[in-house]
Amino acid sequence: MIPYVTAALLFGIGGYGVLRRRNAVLLLMSVELMLNAVNLVLVTADATVRATLPYSGQVFALFVIVIAAAEIGVGLAIVLRLYRLRATVAVDEVPLEPATADPVDRGAGAAPGTAGAAAERPRAGEVPA
Amino acid sequence: MTAADALLLGLGTVAVGAGLLVVTTRHLVRAGLYLVLCLGAVAGLYLVLAAELVAWVQVLIYVGAVVVLLLFAVMLTRAPIGASKDLDRPGWPALLVGGGAGLGLAALLVDAYRWSFVPLPAPGGAERIGEQIFTSWVLPFEVLSVLLLAALVGAIVASRPGGGR
Repeated sequence: MIPYVTAALLFGIGGYGVLRRRNAVLLLMSVELMLNAVNLVLVTADATVRATLPYSGQVFALFVIVIAAAEIGVGLAIVLRLYRLRATVAVDEVPLEPATADPVDRGAGAAPGTAGAAAERPRAGEVPA
Repeated sequence: MTAADALLLGLGTVAVGAGLLVVTTRHLVRAGLYLVLCLGAVAGLYLVLAAELVAWVQVLIYVGAVVVLLLFAVMLTRAPIGASKDLDRPGWPALLVGGGAGLGLAALLVDAYRWSFVPLPAPGGAERIGEQIFTSWVLPFEVLSVLLLAALVGAIVASRPGGGR
């Protein structure tokens, strides 16, 4: 019962993160939390429920892990593409005009709502942490 | 309250606490590191639940690959080093939906399973899982390999400079 409750709470936290976060990378992290909750339910059900096929829950958990890896790869590729084109990764305000100059220098002009964030971003020469 | 129960409770607490920190922290990089903690705790839960292979695959793929990929994305999008102030949207609808889903599902599952004791099955090592995959689940396995190839090609096309238009 404890793993079931853990999985349910993790799913709720993931859903909260998906709706709350603005940064697309953090959004993907929340999606990972939700997928992990589903995996936890699958493995727990495999241990507690007697099925006709043994270990089917664990096999499904492995499949879900593979699908999550594929999803995160494609998702991050799309996010990086969006950053290169629009210089922002905020999911709720994407500027319509494409970026023309260097993303760091143009962030204040292209995305008025994220001007504060653009000012805080490190310059191109610095090493981001 | 056996030793397994205590382990499940402790690891579950760590997982939920780290998950909460992932969605509430103001530092992008720290969110990724808390995600490592959360996924590691879930891998420990798998080990307690006698799912060895799934636990090690979780450590390899999630902690090893997915989190590194996420941290690379954080770096490539030039995230600020310190705390960021504009990471969150207004939280009430999210709190409502997330809390509702989490607590509702928890209540449902508690009601379904109560406090039941089950004997743990034999540990699902690579041999048994592999036998199952290659006898009962061969077709999904092959379809998944095609999916992985498609995702690989899609990721390359989407991230190639000048391509994908």
